[in-house]
Amino acid sequence: MSTVEPPPESEARDYGAREMARWVWTQLTSMRTALVLLFLVALAAIPGSLIPQRSASLLRVRDFRAAHPTLDRIYTPLGLYDVYRSPWFSAIYLLLFVSLIGCILPRIAVYARGVRKPPPRVPRRLDRLGEYASGVVDGDGEDALDKADEWLRSKHFRVVRSDDGISAERGYLRELGNLLFHLALIFVLIGVAVSQLMGFKGTSVIVEGQGFSNNITQYDDFKAGGWVDTDRLKPFTVKLNTFTVRFETGEVQRGAAREFTADVALTVDGATTNQVLQVNHPLNVGGTLVHLLGHGYAAHVTVTDGSGQVAYSGPAVTVPQDGNFSSLTVIKVPDARPDRLVFQGYFLPTAVVDEQGPRSIFPDALNPQLFLTAWYGAPVVSTGVPENLYTFNPEGLTQVMNGDQPVRFALKPGETVDLPDGRGSLTFDGYSRWTKLQISSTPGLPLTMGGVAVAVLGLCLSLFVRPRRLWIRTIERPDGSLGLEAAGLDRADARTGLSDDVADLVAAAGVRAEPTSEETP
Amino acid sequence: MTVEQLSALGIVTAAVLYLLAFMAHSAEWAAARGLSPTADDPGAKARSASVETWGRLGLNLTILGALAHGTGVVARGIAAQRAPWGNMYEFVTASLLFVVVAYLVLAIWFGKRWLGLPTTLLLSVGNGLAATVLHVAVAPLVPALHSVWFIIHIVAACISAAAFNVGAAASIIYLLKARAESKGASSGYLARLPGLRELDTFAYRAHAFAFPIWTFTVAAGSIWAEFAWGRYWGWDPKETWAFVTWVVYAAYLHARATAGWRGRGAAWIAVVGVATFWFNFVGINLLVSGLHSYAGI
Repeated sequence: MSTVEPPPESEARDYGAREMARWVWTQLTSMRTALVLLFLVALAAIPGSLIPQRSASLLRVRDFRAAHPTLDRIYTPLGLYDVYRSPWFSAIYLLLFVSLIGCILPRIAVYARGVRKPPPRVPRRLDRLGEYASGVVDGDGEDALDKADEWLRSKHFRVVRSDDGISAERGYLRELGNLLFHLALIFVLIGVAVSQLMGFKGTSVIVEGQGFSNNITQYDDFKAGGWVDTDRLKPFTVKLNTFTVRFETGEVQRGAAREFTADVALTVDGATTNQVLQVNHPLNVGGTLVHLLGHGYAAHVTVTDGSGQVAYSGPAVTVPQDGNFSSLTVIKVPDARPDRLVFQGYFLPTAVVDEQGPRSIFPDALNPQLFLTAWYGAPVVSTGVPENLYTFNPEGLTQVMNGDQPVRFALKPGETVDLPDGRGSLTFDGYSRWTKLQISSTPGLPLTMGGVAVAVLGLCLSLFVRPRRLWIRTIERPDGSLGLEAAGLDRADARTGLSDDVADLVAAAGVRAEPTSEETP
Repeated sequence: MTVEQLSALGIVTAAVLYLLAFMAHSAEWAAARGLSPTADDPGAKARSASVETWGRLGLNLTILGALAHGTGVVARGIAAQRAPWGNMYEFVTASLLFVVVAYLVLAIWFGKRWLGLPTTLLLSVGNGLAATVLHVAVAPLVPALHSVWFIIHIVAACISAAAFNVGAAASIIYLLKARAESKGASSGYLARLPGLRELDTFAYRAHAFAFPIWTFTVAAGSIWAEFAWGRYWGWDPKETWAFVTWVVYAAYLHARATAGWRGRGAAWIAVVGVATFWFNFVGINLLVSGLHSYAGI
């Protein structure tokens, strides 16, 4: 019994799938797709510049969401507060890189084959090429070709002589530059990925006289890639001796910063050195960088509680709210008894009180004052749950009143206020400055920056190198005399000087070019 | 008169001279209206001569404007005792100085005087706005700008800005001429311009020159950001739009190698590119707050 078996179904499906895959690949790696993806990535980047981004400021995102609840309903599901980490943005740039790789790999193969090939043979009809010149040879034809050969080599052409004449080509670096540029972009991306996985970044606020040890527990906030062993950070200590800040006092740009200088003592491997830390001049501790990111004021206060004990003494970091450093101040005194105390208000470096209320009118500390209200509550057991030191939460607290008015007080350095009902007192001892340091490691940076450098180099080669082919050979002219003809072809768009090169080549061979009978278009 | 006042006078004078130059170039285009480039009757010849006279007048006024402009920028640097591009006023005047120098080199030595109309428009509006709206008195720099990259990053930005703007002017003229030719043979000033292919080639060269420098500008900014802010890229609005501009010009270069996008398609992309550049400079500085905000504006 012989039956004709139908072709296995799976094979047919495979064939279809393979065709499909090939079709998708061809589409994806076409220049047209690359163009579309480039437009898409440009468009996709735009919303992140107009909508507040979590990566830049959580606070502004929170304010925006509160102010625009309708927009928020659209923005949140689309990930528009985190554009550059959203799936759709990643999808576009990853597709772009797939398209780039698909485009570049075959071209590398073509280039590798082509770069070793000799220049193409002399075409049969040189006069049909764009640029053409011919003339009479006075002496020996071979001599003329020798001279042409010499001229071509002096112009860095790759030269091949055959019985047909001379073929010459130059500008191989153009495509090399093009390939280098695109490959370098891949390395830029790899560098970014390395930094993401193996790098870390954190900040710490340090008051003058205090220090920071590079230990995960000492960071105020800390972000690290998945491959970072956070128990093995480079050990070092930075102590902030003094922080000098100078502001513009003249008419123009009054209050603008003019100088930030942190004098720090850096201890690495047991050796301590004094260092100057400034904006644009980070400390480099064996690859871990310490940047000066911000500054503010710390109010020094002493709080005596209702039982007459000193319950708090020291600096309280205040958080600047505007360019003149009106600074939100929260002083928590959990150890005060019989009730714990919390003071809330503002530290104003240059205080004035006018119709807008108390505020600071200059960023330097010319008239420092503390404006506070007081709160009390039953002592709470420390739960170990981290609590934000800089925000005020009135839960479980009662405001200290004087009759039916909340107690408010303004203090200058050295002044003390006694709370009513014997709840305690607060003395404003003075102020010092704090700096916010960023401690970071970006191990992919050399790869990224190296990639960028190679990309720029490749770009220059691919845009400025002029690939050109020239041919020259001896001919027998219609009148029987010995002649010479030369022609050239440009292999890149928008290049000039081809006609000059052809004319120079003929001239170098010792022949004066005759005017061509018809002008080339 | 202080050096600072001399500087302000230089910029105002330049704005006025550029405006006059723009009017001369407008007259140049107007004089060529309806004039066939091949006509050689005496009337047409006289009108041709008049076109030429207006054009030369425009160029000469631009040269005078450039001298006043250069004085203004240099005097500003002397008055401030630093590179004169620390705020928006200074950056506009300094970058336009690069534009006028690029234009004059092209017009005088490479026969590109046809760029005169759009260039003098840009110069007069730019310097005019700088002198009236953006002007601020001389002041020292904020600490974030105390860096050698302040010179490198911004000079590179100025050079690429000049080339992008010159390229955009050529692309716009290309589009005008292409539109006129699609309706029949172009006449008037458009007919006196180089052919479409030559315009396209020139625009390409300007962009091809600018693109690597722009790439370098962004890279230099990124290195500076690593020193100043401890991160080389943070999608700050200014960075985002620099990236958008970069991508659009990358698309321009790809478009010139893609069938169906050469010529008009590419020219439109160049116009979009320069628009993103200007939005980054004007829109982002004035509308959006970011790390690139210094000294008010």
